[in-house]
Amino acid sequence: MITQLITSFIASAAFGVIFNAPKGSLVKCGFIGMAGWFVYYMLYSRDVSSIMATLVASLIVAIISQFFAKLYKMPVIIFSVAGIIPLVPGGLSYDAMRHFVENDYNIAIQLAAKVIMLSGAIAMGLLFSEVINQLHQKFIKRRKLTGTLEGD
Amino acid sequence: MEIRTTTTYEIIEVCLLAGKIMLSSGAETYRVEDTMTRIAASYGIRSSHSFVTPTGIIFSMDGNDPTKLIRISERSTDLRKVTNVNSISRQISSGELTAKEALVKLKEIEVSNLAYPKWLQIFAAFIASGCFMIMYQGLWTDFLVACFAGGLGFSALVYLHKLLEIKFFAEFIASLIIGTFAFIAVSYNLGTYVDKIIIGAVMPLVPGLLITNAVRDLITGHLVSGIAKGAEAFLTASAIGSGIAVALIFL
Repeated sequence: MITQLITSFIASAAFGVIFNAPKGSLVKCGFIGMAGWFVYYMLYSRDVSSIMATLVASLIVAIISQFFAKLYKMPVIIFSVAGIIPLVPGGLSYDAMRHFVENDYNIAIQLAAKVIMLSGAIAMGLLFSEVINQLHQKFIKRRKLTGTLEGD
Repeated sequence: MEIRTTTTYEIIEVCLLAGKIMLSSGAETYRVEDTMTRIAASYGIRSSHSFVTPTGIIFSMDGNDPTKLIRISERSTDLRKVTNVNSISRQISSGELTAKEALVKLKEIEVSNLAYPKWLQIFAAFIASGCFMIMYQGLWTDFLVACFAGGLGFSALVYLHKLLEIKFFAEFIASLIIGTFAFIAVSYNLGTYVDKIIIGAVMPLVPGLLITNAVRDLITGHLVSGIAKGAEAFLTASAIGSGIAVALIFL
């Protein structure tokens, strides 16, 4: 477990370097990647389906990213990109491609469909947190409005 | 009247340049559109339209003002530029920058090269490959092999991308190198599982960000850019796949 945490931290931070994230954000990128992978790994090792686990993990990643973005006044994408990197179904898409090459189309199509589902789950997770964030902001705005109205 | 037209031109220029830098540095479509309308709004232009696709931006304002188009030929991921443009757009919104000053600053960002040194990027790919191999339940004895395969593949990609300018071939050859290296290493008993080594080493090339952004664009209604990004991701994935496939077949 600890090796998983450490490797996911290093991998996410290294991706931060490849994507040229600002120096100060590299450790935070690593942390978010580690958090996402931790959630995914815990759920997956407790027999939750990988799609559900990915969805929850990317939701967590997106929520932390938005929190960090607000805290450090940086665009969300810096944190969310590094965070979702461990969740990206790279191994699965490799497997799919390999089966295509070996003329094993049945399994290849199955795997490819799963890749699409997983990337859909990642995108859904990211979007969910955005929607929550927007609702939250609207809620605050409305409360301020009604507050001033009541004040009158 | 003449003064007004020049400033409108400048505002359009600022919006387009900001959009161009953000898009070619890998920002999301909705963020690019949002930033452009926000900049326009803070210079007093209430309604503006921007049409953002991965290969070009069209920006127009209501009224008689001109519509302008900007072509985007090269896309990469450079989060530092996105951050810098973002902070400039913040400054514009709070009224600290005039259009002329913003234009100068944006031009500085556009030509600046703030990337980490190449060796550091290659080293990052080197480490990341090994770590991914471990995360996919690989063996520690394969760690160094995966690192070297990934580092080699990534440096080939960086070098070939400069040389060839066709991304597809650079990715194809990079993954061919990774596949060949992994096979040779395993056949000389330096590594155990070819699959795990290749998966780890290929990760720095995989278009994970593109796929996710494509799905996200599609869901939020940016249909054109969603499809275009999906096509780009598919091309990259098949370049990597066929590179590995060639290595699989011939070795």
